[in-house]
Amino acid sequence: MKSAVILFPGINRENDAIAALEQATGTKPIVVWHGETELPKTDIIMVPGGFSYGDYLRCGAMAAKSPIMRAVADRAKAGVTILGVCNGFQILTEAGLLPGALMRNASLKFICKNTHLKIENADTRFTNQYKVGEVVDYPVAHHDGNFFADSETLDRLEGEGRVILRYCDADGVVDPKTNLNGSQRNIAGIINEAGNVLGMMPHPENAIDPLHGGTDGRNLFKSLVEAAS
Amino acid sequence: MSALDFNTPITPELVKEHGLNEEEYKLVLEIMGREPNINELGIFSVMWSEHCSYKSSKKWLKTLPTKADWVIQGPGENAGVIDIGDGQAAVFKMESHNHPSFIEPYQGAATGVGGIMRDVFTMGARPIANLNALRFGEADHPKTRHLLSGVVEGIGGYGNCMGVPTIGGETNFHASYNGNILVNAMTVGLADADNIFYSAAAGIGNPVVYVGSKTGRDGIHGATMASAEFDDDSEEKRPTVQVGDPFTEKLLLEACLELMATDMIVAIQDMGAAGLTSSSFEMASKGGVGVELWLDKVPMREEGMTPYELMLSESQERMLMVLKPGCEEAAKAIFDKWELDFAVIGVLTDTKRMVLKWHGDIAGDLPIDPLAEASPEYDRPWEPTPKQDRIDPDSISAKVSHIDALKTLIASPDLASRRWIWEQYDHLVMGNTIVRPGGDAGVVRVDGTNKGIAATTDCTPRYVMADPVEGGKQAVAEAYRNLVATGAKPLAITDNMNFGNPERPRIMGQFVGACQGIGEACIALEFPVVSGNVSLYNETNGVGIMPTPAIGGVGVISDLGHHATIGIKRDDSALIMIGAATGELGQSLYLKTIEGREEGAPPPVDLNAEKRAGTLVRELIELGLVRTCHDIADGGLLVTVAEMCLAGNIGAELHLPEVGSEIAWLFGEDQGRYVIATRDPDKVLNAASSSNVAAVIIGQAGGDSVTIDGGDKVTLSELRELNEGWMPSFMAEAVQ
Repeated sequence: MKSAVILFPGINRENDAIAALEQATGTKPIVVWHGETELPKTDIIMVPGGFSYGDYLRCGAMAAKSPIMRAVADRAKAGVTILGVCNGFQILTEAGLLPGALMRNASLKFICKNTHLKIENADTRFTNQYKVGEVVDYPVAHHDGNFFADSETLDRLEGEGRVILRYCDADGVVDPKTNLNGSQRNIAGIINEAGNVLGMMPHPENAIDPLHGGTDGRNLFKSLVEAAS
Repeated sequence: MSALDFNTPITPELVKEHGLNEEEYKLVLEIMGREPNINELGIFSVMWSEHCSYKSSKKWLKTLPTKADWVIQGPGENAGVIDIGDGQAAVFKMESHNHPSFIEPYQGAATGVGGIMRDVFTMGARPIANLNALRFGEADHPKTRHLLSGVVEGIGGYGNCMGVPTIGGETNFHASYNGNILVNAMTVGLADADNIFYSAAAGIGNPVVYVGSKTGRDGIHGATMASAEFDDDSEEKRPTVQVGDPFTEKLLLEACLELMATDMIVAIQDMGAAGLTSSSFEMASKGGVGVELWLDKVPMREEGMTPYELMLSESQERMLMVLKPGCEEAAKAIFDKWELDFAVIGVLTDTKRMVLKWHGDIAGDLPIDPLAEASPEYDRPWEPTPKQDRIDPDSISAKVSHIDALKTLIASPDLASRRWIWEQYDHLVMGNTIVRPGGDAGVVRVDGTNKGIAATTDCTPRYVMADPVEGGKQAVAEAYRNLVATGAKPLAITDNMNFGNPERPRIMGQFVGACQGIGEACIALEFPVVSGNVSLYNETNGVGIMPTPAIGGVGVISDLGHHATIGIKRDDSALIMIGAATGELGQSLYLKTIEGREEGAPPPVDLNAEKRAGTLVRELIELGLVRTCHDIADGGLLVTVAEMCLAGNIGAELHLPEVGSEIAWLFGEDQGRYVIATRDPDKVLNAASSSNVAAVIIGQAGGDSVTIDGGDKVTLSELRELNEGWMPSFMAEAVQ
């Protein structure tokens, strides 16, 4: 099982991503520099978190124009599994691979904490190791995680089962109180129409070791492996 | 200042504006053998500023213990270095950015964080943890919210973007900081013990290389500003505050580490306070060589910059290096990849002089050693702080119930939860955070191993104010205790000495006393000082801060399978107090908050008992007998137990002793103590007895309340609301 991690200047969670992919696939991912124009052939591509280009201009906007992103878009079209986490999610929306946009948190502050998330669709290549309605616990660490899309798009995402994760409480209750960053309809993660691209704000890669305080993130990476093998 | 060129006449007013007094200027004339030009005067000004020269403090700093078998590099380099085994080293330092943070809180704090990270990666270490020690004015002072909010955003803005977790810190509020907040930032880095980089330049003819951001006009005279008191016009000093660019620093970090993995660097130094001046002089002085700098080759952000501005700019994210000859192209390729400037701006010479060239003309020519090494050193007059009487515990009678006192204390600005602050810091990036903020010390795993590095920042300024010697000891002892409470072996400290105007004998006496106390504690606890920073003149209109020698401690946990956290984990555990209760209410938060009195002798520190208790607790954790431990600090025993209950969401019942003052037992801040939770109390008590450490069962975990002797109680949910509620509601009132 081969995987690749895309590295833009200013990305800073690449080692966390590498650790999670290595744990799940048994092989260290290939790190691909943003200036490359070709991707190695892999089953999984991950766009990790951080502050690509300092988040200057707009989160993910400059990275989305990097040379490597054309190759990523081609792979997305070809059906390769692509996971964008945090800044990676922002980059994928800016690149047009996912709908919507990530705005500044409603609190206007950076938020780093663990949060409960409800698995809304377990029939995807990212969530097949979870159950529908299962509540998992991952950390978030972002300043701009406030998911926005127009209501038509939101209705469509929901209607097509493309909302994968929502912010909730320990009992799975999804309401304004459990919406930590102001996201439309508590949305924390979505997939594209073909189901091979997932963007999410929370960090499953920081919940893969008992010493992290929890291992709920492991099943997300296991799902990728399961789907690809 | 931009209009200054080399022909500017050197008037007494200009000398004074440069912060040099008459005697110092006489020494300048003696060293130069002529009148300096404006560029040279500017260089003397920053090199001899208190901030760069330590002229008031170095006599006393020299007395601090700096050696141990595991110390690889003590004070004098960009950061201290200690051996943590397995061929690895921890590199760390704490540094202040007080004056700039008061003037411009976001950028002041951000560049403080950027500066300390640069100090650490200059040594060849990847930063793996950030901490801070913050002091603000009293909560209801009109500026406090604005400053707190800006500083926290600035620290987060820089550290989060760099991808280094902020794992701990401390925050105090006190009126003495109304006009001078303290922002002390600490970074811990990880390096290979045999690949540490130093700043001593060597190799006549070797190229001097500038990398990183371009030089602009920001921060000129920052070091001089940080060496004077504030007055009502201090806000006008905003242009002296630097502006940070964490994205560029992230690139600089990666590029430097990539270059350091090769064999091309002879010496490297970051450009911090006093920028190019300080970095070039330090490198040359340490290496005993001369330098010729071609200032017109320095990458510039603005047009029309003068040699004076280039030498004094404190633009951020810049490094100066000496490379091996012939390596320029290969090194440049790395910086090109990271899209950073790379310029050969000079050459090492054998003249032991700094020659500044500007389009071929000489813009300055100064001897290096007399400036760097023979800077003024003062033995400032000092007065010892008068001792205060111990508070007799029996003289205090309860005005409120013990539980009501707990509720008041835990919701007070001194003890309320700091979650509002640390949730704005990415404390998880790098995927190695094992103990998060909110405990005794933060712990990060050494990547790819089962070893942990614990780090903490500590100081109790009100103790230091009342008794600088005991307070200095206490700051070190508390750092030691906080590391021990996670199961770490404490190894070394960095000290950040924040004081008022040293020209006042009373303030100088605080400094001298604190150094004495710190030194005694370091020796007794085998916990040497390996790096540090001094910030003096923290005064506004003649009112000084409380003396605040912030201590950053670092320790190692050899097996993360056996470490401790503060939260109670099982409701069938006994609670044991380790260390002797002596009932010290002087300078306690109970006395301050409940009685409204800030007085009395602070709790004395028995360093031998501290060492015995610390060794015992660490061994109990290492043996796996204890997984829950919290040191007893601000607020005393009852607050400590309440914090353990809140962190674990399990209640506890305490049993009062049969004799003695209940207030002193519950709220005394006696030093050298811990509370641990264990299901095997006999084993713990036996181990304590054979180690000659006092230990007594004080209660039992269980339930959903904190209860005293089956009667007076408070539920955890009420306590949590009080503890967590204060800061968010306080900050919600902020006028943005």
